[in-house]
Amino acid sequence: MFNAIDRDAERQRVMNRRTLVLGGLKAGALSALVARLYYLQILEGDHYTTLAEDNRISLRLLAPSRGIIVDRSGVPLAVNEQNFRAVLVSERTDDVDETLDKVVKLLPLTDADRRRILRDVDRLRSFAPVTLRENLTWDQVSAIEVNLPDLPGVSIEVGQVRSYPFGEQAAHILGYVGVVSEQELQNARDPLLSLPGFRIGKSGIERKHDLALRGTAGTSQLEVNAVGRVVRELARNDGQPGHQVTLTIDAKLQYYAQQRLAEHESAAAVVLDVQTGGILALASHPSFDPNQFAMGIPQDLYDSLIKNEASPLTNKVVAGHYAPGSTFKPMTALAGLEAGVDPTHRVFCPGHYDFGGHTFHCYKKGGHGSVDMHDAIRMSCDVYFYDLARRIGVDRIADMARRFGLGDRTDLDLPGEKTGIIPDTKWKRRTYKENWYDGETLSVAIGQGYVTATPIQLAVMCARLASGGKAVKPHLTKAVEQEYTEQTAWPDIGVKPEFIQRVLAGMAGVTSAGGTAYAARITQPGMEMGGKSGTAQVKRITMAERNAGLLKAERPWKDRDNALFIAFAPVQAPRYACAIIVEHGVGGSSVAAPIARDLLLEIQLMEAARAQQADAGATAPSAPTQVTAAPAMPGEGTPR
Amino acid sequence: MINLDMGLDPQSNMSLGEKLGQISWSLVLLITAVACIGFAMLYSAANGNFDPWATRQIMRFAVGLVLMLVVALIDIRLWLKFSYFLYGIAFFLLIVVEIMGHVGMGAQRWIDLGFMQLQPSELMKVTLVMALARYFHGASLEDTGRITFLIPALVMIVAPVCLVLLQPNLGTSLMLLMVSGAIFWLVGVRLWKFALVIGSVLAAIPVIWHFMHDYQKNRVNTFLNPENDPLGHGYHIMQSKIALGSGGMFGKGFLMGSQSHLNFLPEKQTDFIFTMLAEEMGMVGALVFLAMYALLLVYGYVIAMRCRHQYGRLVAMGLTVNLFLYMFINIAMVMGLIPVVGVPLPLISYGGSSALTVMIGFGLLLCVHVHRDVRMSRRGMSDF
Repeated sequence: MFNAIDRDAERQRVMNRRTLVLGGLKAGALSALVARLYYLQILEGDHYTTLAEDNRISLRLLAPSRGIIVDRSGVPLAVNEQNFRAVLVSERTDDVDETLDKVVKLLPLTDADRRRILRDVDRLRSFAPVTLRENLTWDQVSAIEVNLPDLPGVSIEVGQVRSYPFGEQAAHILGYVGVVSEQELQNARDPLLSLPGFRIGKSGIERKHDLALRGTAGTSQLEVNAVGRVVRELARNDGQPGHQVTLTIDAKLQYYAQQRLAEHESAAAVVLDVQTGGILALASHPSFDPNQFAMGIPQDLYDSLIKNEASPLTNKVVAGHYAPGSTFKPMTALAGLEAGVDPTHRVFCPGHYDFGGHTFHCYKKGGHGSVDMHDAIRMSCDVYFYDLARRIGVDRIADMARRFGLGDRTDLDLPGEKTGIIPDTKWKRRTYKENWYDGETLSVAIGQGYVTATPIQLAVMCARLASGGKAVKPHLTKAVEQEYTEQTAWPDIGVKPEFIQRVLAGMAGVTSAGGTAYAARITQPGMEMGGKSGTAQVKRITMAERNAGLLKAERPWKDRDNALFIAFAPVQAPRYACAIIVEHGVGGSSVAAPIARDLLLEIQLMEAARAQQADAGATAPSAPTQVTAAPAMPGEGTPR
Repeated sequence: MINLDMGLDPQSNMSLGEKLGQISWSLVLLITAVACIGFAMLYSAANGNFDPWATRQIMRFAVGLVLMLVVALIDIRLWLKFSYFLYGIAFFLLIVVEIMGHVGMGAQRWIDLGFMQLQPSELMKVTLVMALARYFHGASLEDTGRITFLIPALVMIVAPVCLVLLQPNLGTSLMLLMVSGAIFWLVGVRLWKFALVIGSVLAAIPVIWHFMHDYQKNRVNTFLNPENDPLGHGYHIMQSKIALGSGGMFGKGFLMGSQSHLNFLPEKQTDFIFTMLAEEMGMVGALVFLAMYALLLVYGYVIAMRCRHQYGRLVAMGLTVNLFLYMFINIAMVMGLIPVVGVPLPLISYGGSSALTVMIGFGLLLCVHVHRDVRMSRRGMSDF
């Protein structure tokens, strides 16, 4: 028994010793925990505090509202409209399918919509709103609102969508906005571009002034939890809304011009202020509705726009290349005058001109008889200009044309401008590695052959003539926010005023008795216009066709001549210049000139009415004066 | 005084009142104080609400407190007598969960009793200590020196460990091994035998690795390099370190732990509750908490040292080691010192099964204290 007690005591001693060791181990382990605590909370505390803030705070971008675009008198051309969309928060409904079934009774949803919605519901967090449908009408909004109690999880959200009140009428000037492409996203540094649904300018002024219109992003500091749900907003900076862009365009004239062109299949027109270069109207027909682009254009509609051979998406004023035809003759005449040709020198026109074994025809079969420069411009005699050109050579003509803005971009503030071609001997060597043939000079003299120009170039040429030789440059932007950028003093292009006066007199003769466009003259006193018609071949007329006397109107539309007209008004003190082209319209003076007349008359009548209104306003400011001077102008208001 | 008359032990038949007087009420108070910290944390975890966690935890604790006192008042010789039996029940339940266990959190661990989910592996943590204490109660140093004597004990350990590993629950099986190791150490098993076993286990690691579940491999990998996979398995530890580290010296204040309240912290009411405590109360609060826990352990040691029978000493030491392991593994895990193993923080973490076994454990500890001077034969039950 004592033995057993001894052994118990021994066992106890061993155990006590070992208990102590065990306790030591535990104390050591506890110290390790304390050390770790010290390391994490004290030594690395700041580091983890930063990480914790990063965790907690999420910076969201707020899209600024896009700047609006207005015409010269403040009529809105591009605005932002409230866009109502129905959204579904899937966590607030028990059965997404059932809710969608109810929504379909109020909103048309296609099967494709439904698939997209269900995919988004799966993909997004359950508290993130999924868009059911955008651009709801008022009726749809109220139908949803009334039925909200039966539609768990559904709500109406308000966003902004770009809207163009003039729709098709100013599409080529304004362009449109669209979602940011992958490539644009990669090149850009503006964080706004990565906002889902953010739209940027894709063409026209929307693209040209995109940065100014865009504004700067606002930010919202949000406290979010681990799954990204917003707990509350900590701070908010609304950012800068985009700048307002004021254009030189006159909305009424623009609307009228586009309407006027719509009588033809494919046409373009531009009217500008001779002194400032400000463009008052710039129309290209057919057009498109930029509103559909802003909302996301349906594929079939886009395909039909692309396939249309009259190319509605192309702004023909800046991107259309045309042989200027006889509208080029003022350049040939000026080059002749500068080269010392006597304007009173007479040339006999028998209806054709033989040179180097070829016969060059005048458009008038029987010929014009004996003509001087004034007659040649007035009647558009080809033979006179063949003869003139042969004497002075192509390089002089090309030099004059370039001084008047042809052959190069006019630097208009619209993207996509083409240069056109003004050929000369150097150009031919450079382009074709061939020498210039004198016969080609004859084609250039009447604006055919290699010569091409855009309507805006022709309008600028006309404006430079009408301004008495000032290097006017065209522009569409009058002001960005309050910064006016308009220029009125232009450098001289260095052509003697008397030469220009002589050519202008010839152009005034065009709309006088015996001129090619006499029928399209302006009869209102003090508003008369001068101009130059052009009927440019798009397909060479073969000898067989000429002999057969094939009527121009009988040829296929695509092969018919282009009808052109350039004009300025009033003749006495030119204020406006314009260029018109009607593709395959056949008669420059019969088809294009009347459009020029209507536009120039319209703008002058509008100005007169405005001046009258200003006078009336000065004497009796309370009496509203109705503008009635525009006979062809439809009723006021939104033309959509 | 050496009293050889085993039938005349003055404490052998204490009245209920005497036993109540013997209970260490200061320990009960300490346990309650620690549990109250837990209630406060659960209140905070629910963003300042008693629901869904704090109220239930308080009720469970109240039940647990009663259970603890009942366990404490039962004569320790009865516990000795039923040690193997209780171990057998826990073992049987382990087999049951293995066969028809309820699948939850990726591991088969629970038996659904309706009012609570019973985790037999938790039960095993207590009953294994009791069974081993029973086994070594009568063993002399010579006995423990014999390998043949140790083999039945080893079987008693390895069998449940294997079952728990199969569940698979790495954390609990390691805890069972370590508690058993501590008991082996205390009864005087020679150091070289430990070295031998540890050596062979180390050698077996590649084999074990081969048989490990992918999620267990991931946990080990994640432990070795948590920053590599910030949104995957390393996410919990990263977020836990961020929350804890951002607490600083004095913490963000009660209910103000941004990381915990914004749900960056996973499982904040269970395994990661210490992180929230350290975020809101800072290092000062965490140290106070650790000190209270250390005091609990000291109580366990004192009770073991003052006990006059081997069974009580081993049970008290085993349960103290158990408590220590719970705490150490949990806190080391949330601080990124060891891999993520699903071990709750006793008295603090929300949960039924572990809270119950922890309270039973404290009950046994108190029982050892109440019955510290009871005389027991080496066979244990002769004087009962």
